[in-house]
Amino acid sequence: MKRPALPIDPARRRLIGGLAWLGAQAALMPLPFGAAALAAAQPPLALKTVAEGVLAFEGVVELETPRNEGAVANLGVVVGDDAVAVIDSGGSVVQAKALIAAIAKATAKPVRYLVNTHMHPDHIFGNAAFRDIGATIVGHRNLPRALAARGPYYLQSYREQLGPALMTGVEIVPPSVLVEDTMQLDLGGRKLELKAWPAAHTDNDLTVHDPESGTLFAGDLVFVKHLPIVDGSLLGWMRQMDQLAAIPASRVLPGHGPVPSLWPEALAGERRYFEALAADLRKAIAAGTPMAEAAKTAGQSEAGNWELFDAYNGRNATTAYAELEWE
Amino acid sequence: MQTSFMCTRRALLRASALGVTLAAIGIQPAQAQQTMESSDHIWQDLKGVVFGDRTIREADGVVAIEAPGRAQDAALVPVNITVDPARTPQGITALTLIIDVNPSPVAATFKIGKDAGITHIATRLRVNDYSYLRVIAETPDGGLHMAKTFVKASGGCSAPAVKNMDEALKTMGQMKLRQFAASPANGGEPELQLMIRHPNNSGLQRDPLTQYFIPAHFIQTLDISQGGRQLLSMEGGISISEDPNFRFDYKVKGTGEIKAQATDTKGKVFNGAWPLEATGM
Ligand SMILES: [Zn+2]
Repeated sequence: MKRPALPIDPARRRLIGGLAWLGAQAALMPLPFGAAALAAAQPPLALKTVAEGVLAFEGVVELETPRNEGAVANLGVVVGDDAVAVIDSGGSVVQAKALIAAIAKATAKPVRYLVNTHMHPDHIFGNAAFRDIGATIVGHRNLPRALAARGPYYLQSYREQLGPALMTGVEIVPPSVLVEDTMQLDLGGRKLELKAWPAAHTDNDLTVHDPESGTLFAGDLVFVKHLPIVDGSLLGWMRQMDQLAAIPASRVLPGHGPVPSLWPEALAGERRYFEALAADLRKAIAAGTPMAEAAKTAGQSEAGNWELFDAYNGRNATTAYAELEWE
Repeated sequence: MQTSFMCTRRALLRASALGVTLAAIGIQPAQAQQTMESSDHIWQDLKGVVFGDRTIREADGVVAIEAPGRAQDAALVPVNITVDPARTPQGITALTLIIDVNPSPVAATFKIGKDAGITHIATRLRVNDYSYLRVIAETPDGGLHMAKTFVKASGGCSAPAVKNMDEALKTMGQMKLRQFAASPANGGEPELQLMIRHPNNSGLQRDPLTQYFIPAHFIQTLDISQGGRQLLSMEGGISISEDPNFRFDYKVKGTGEIKAQATDTKGKVFNGAWPLEATGM
């Protein structure tokens, strides 16, 4: 079953150089903008205040299309005494510039860091805009390797999917600071804790924890409402669920889904889905059912629990089948 | 030693269809998504490079190929090739698997043992864009027979790349064999499934630090035998998915063990041997 995508109110769209920009959704609490801000060259992205010094953009739970401008991932902003860190740069340079404009309205402090939670285009296609304002880009030790392998493919396939206008200025910009295991980013009176995880959603997943506000920026290690996507290791993801849940935060910014969500309750859905999917696949593999056949039925009991189920479940089943075959 | 090995390998690759790249033969796939027409157009150029001016008969029922119309994961597209023994009483000597639009379009060439009794081979492919997948079967008299199927395998964040590189490097060379008993579901003959852990790296990517191309590293040859007679051998390329995986039916002879030997482009040799299971007899 597929529920309809979130409605987009045409009245909330503004035109930027021929492109429709998706503005605030009803559920968001936009920051107050002055007249000057609205007149600025780059209309700011609608951000929601999640906690003191923590702002977020909530992406739509949809596939990336020209209509939603690829703005499907949740993005985070943390403001310290001296500087700002941004978590994920968004699905285009257009979106990244609108995010930078929104941050400029909220604080005069400079964006010192851009943290990439992983390799996927909806999280990194805005990187060039942050490099251009002098931010240091931070990522998992495996992120440069993963981007080297996929960059050209992503650029070509998204040109097809989003159209050339939205792809203007998009470059694959790898991080210059790599997280081996854990790292702290000091924003002045506020230290972010970064952790590089073993393969799960991808083989380059990074989380950011802000102990000051109790907020976890989970990237795509946490999906709520939006069916999780396995592009790394299903078993790895299942194995580290408990360790993820133990992060002492009270709220989470999932990579996709409601902002914020309760922590660690937000993990319950994906944990249940993974177990159902793995159980179905193990049964199919034991019976000798070929991959293409197994992918049609595995995980189907979860169909009613997720948006975009039909778009991603067959892919997850295919990917996980190849992994579970080695058990 | 290393240098001369590399030179030999390059010479070998150049001499065989596996070394063919679209770039080397001057084909530049369109920037926009491929169509059935543009895929066929690439094939028209490719055909001569791989098969010379030999006649290839299409859709005459000798061979068939199936794959999902829309690939779920571009890195793992399951494909199944079947041969119709009724139309090929002399059997098939070779099967060549081609993905028109891939940078390295000849995915694999399978040579089939004389009395192996193989009538189907299933494997998994990387598919870079919308493309026809083709299989060309060769009969003992040198006749060529083709079947094709169109696969939409582009878009989104599903890329034809290695998913878990740390794990791929750590487990490289492990082999696993599954033996399936004869059943009506698999055409009444027993089946084998051979799996090899290997990243099957493309060599089409640059090292982000040095900007040099990372050398291709993939399973180049594979030989599978039972009771000392050859069942199947493969010459493969980078369009075979990571952890190469082959499932095929065969005719059991005697009780001899099943052996597999694979070599990769770094000259590593991987061996496996398994007793014939009762279920396989
Ligand atoms: Zn992702």
